[in-house]
Amino acid sequence: MESATAPIFSASPQISSATAVTSNATASGNTLISARNISKTYQMGDQTVRALDGVTLDIADGDFVAIMGASGSGKSTMMNLIGALDTPTSGSLTIAGRDIAKMTTDELAALRNQTIGFVFQQFNLLARTSALRQVMLPLLYANPRPDDLEDQARRRLDQVGLGSRLDHHPRQLSGGQQQRVAIARALVNNPKILLADEPTGALDTRTSEDIMRLFTELNSQGITVIIVTHEADIAAYARRRILFRDGKITDDTSADQRAHHLDHEVER
Amino acid sequence: MTIFDSLSVAWTALRANLLRSILTTLGIIIGVASVIVLVSVGSGARSEVEKQIASLGSNMLVIFSGSSRVMGRAAGAGTDLPLSEQDLAAVRDKVPGVVAISGQLNGSGPIVYGNTNWTTTLSGVHADFASVRDWQIVAGRDFTLQDVRASAKVAVIGQTVVKQLFQGEDPIGATIRVKNTPFQVVGVLGIKGPSSFGRDQDDLVLMPMTTARGQIIGKSQVQTDQVGQVYIKFDPTTDLKDAQEDIEALMRQRRKTQAGEEENFSVRNLAEFMKARTEVLSTMTYLLAATSIISLIVGGIGIMNIMLVSVTERTREIGLRMAVGARHGDILRQFLVEAVTLCMVGGVIGTLLGIASATLIASAAQWPVLISPSVIGLALGAAAATGIIFGFFPARRAASFNPIDALRSE
Repeated sequence: MESATAPIFSASPQISSATAVTSNATASGNTLISARNISKTYQMGDQTVRALDGVTLDIADGDFVAIMGASGSGKSTMMNLIGALDTPTSGSLTIAGRDIAKMTTDELAALRNQTIGFVFQQFNLLARTSALRQVMLPLLYANPRPDDLEDQARRRLDQVGLGSRLDHHPRQLSGGQQQRVAIARALVNNPKILLADEPTGALDTRTSEDIMRLFTELNSQGITVIIVTHEADIAAYARRRILFRDGKITDDTSADQRAHHLDHEVER
Repeated sequence: MTIFDSLSVAWTALRANLLRSILTTLGIIIGVASVIVLVSVGSGARSEVEKQIASLGSNMLVIFSGSSRVMGRAAGAGTDLPLSEQDLAAVRDKVPGVVAISGQLNGSGPIVYGNTNWTTTLSGVHADFASVRDWQIVAGRDFTLQDVRASAKVAVIGQTVVKQLFQGEDPIGATIRVKNTPFQVVGVLGIKGPSSFGRDQDDLVLMPMTTARGQIIGKSQVQTDQVGQVYIKFDPTTDLKDAQEDIEALMRQRRKTQAGEEENFSVRNLAEFMKARTEVLSTMTYLLAATSIISLIVGGIGIMNIMLVSVTERTREIGLRMAVGARHGDILRQFLVEAVTLCMVGGVIGTLLGIASATLIASAAQWPVLISPSVIGLALGAAAATGIIFGFFPARRAASFNPIDALRSE
């Protein structure tokens, strides 16, 4: 794990300064996502399931966050809310300055289209569709629809290192390459937030490391990256780790805080 | 998303399940093909019947003598006591509204011109025949009363005879031999076309009634001055139903038919008779229209079924599209476009099949077929409407998915 993190931190010199900003970003008001006492309940037969129970959380613009927790902890529900796929039962949730509880389904669709890029565990690529067309998909739903969508898609595929595989169909690509196509698709609308749900869950260790390095690089370019994972070594790439249990946040630490802990332990 | 984007996605989806897509459209194919066939054949048949009605002559009634019975078997119209010159004169003088009247006594035999011969219908007629039948004389002259009175050996010939016998020569003034009797050709009839029973009406030689009866067709044993069937033309203000009753009453009286006894002649309005045939035709058209509507409905249900399957199969895809920003309207339109595309593919195949079948029927039945662009438009419009109507429910279902559940589905 140490060996995986080391090159990334050393490869991007600006990270250290970014880290310093991040630690007090929540306080400085540079907030991208702001949850105030949000709850989400589901009706399962005559039982009411409380998936989220009064969560208050701020995520700063440009942060790299890992949301962790066991299944049923509420982390997936939190991700659906941050992704504007769902709205909270109570409390207020603001994404990029907009209260999603007050938005119509079409406005939520536009928000997902413009502000959020999704990466899924199973890639969710369309069958029998070339990499280029996969990446063009969000642009087709954009309003206004850009004229140069093919160029934009080509540039994003270049960015993730697949510039030579524009015409390949998912079946002709490896798992890691498929996930790169999915990342290019998530990036094509210049989103503020990249939201990844277990992005390495279907990949081997080596490929996982490549993908996580890509996320780190994207984060260094200013995109807020939020990863939902249950793997500690994946979460280690993030600067901030939020642990969910029973619908509540039980732990919330940033990387320099962890470093302080380590220093203290070394001193002892 | 533009309509072209939707079309491109639809095309990809339909091509992915090519066999399934084509099987699904079978109902539409059959429905559209039958619409094309029925309208094309129907309108062709109708125009043909109308042409035949016009070729009969307007405001016209025909008297046939009755059917005689030989050994209990009816021998057909005109075989009983023939109509006579006296009958013809009585009708002309006593029935109001008669403009022109002529008998037509038919036989057949060989005709020869030079070293060419041809067997044709030989008809003895009165001087008014051409005007009763609305038949043009395109060259030469019609018969005169003098010709008929003098039993002149003159002939007016039909177009088929001109073609068979003269091959480009001018027939006027030529001498032809009819059953070895020389006749001078004085006139040529215009084209009348085939009759409603397919007989070539232009294949005949007309001659004066008196000439025909004396030497060419032969005398009846019972009626020495027979005139065959009698065609009567009335002025346009005459009610043909009244005229028909007048003729029937007159003939019953002349033939001393007892009240209640069956007549041994018949008076017919051939135009009415043929109009009845058009009505049979339109009944058949309605039946076929019902068939094609049912076929389109069944086809539409097939489309709806396969679209529901497609929506279920592609739940994850729908979820993904929603996650990257597709609105409900985008998804709804996507699946509507797919259903309509499916129907239009069926519509185009059905149109080609329909045109092919109609052409085949036309050449097999020797029936004219009119394939008009409006019919093709109607058929394709029906296919598109089927797609919209039956594609709406599956499309609305797809649009109503919750993106979270759709993304999580297997």
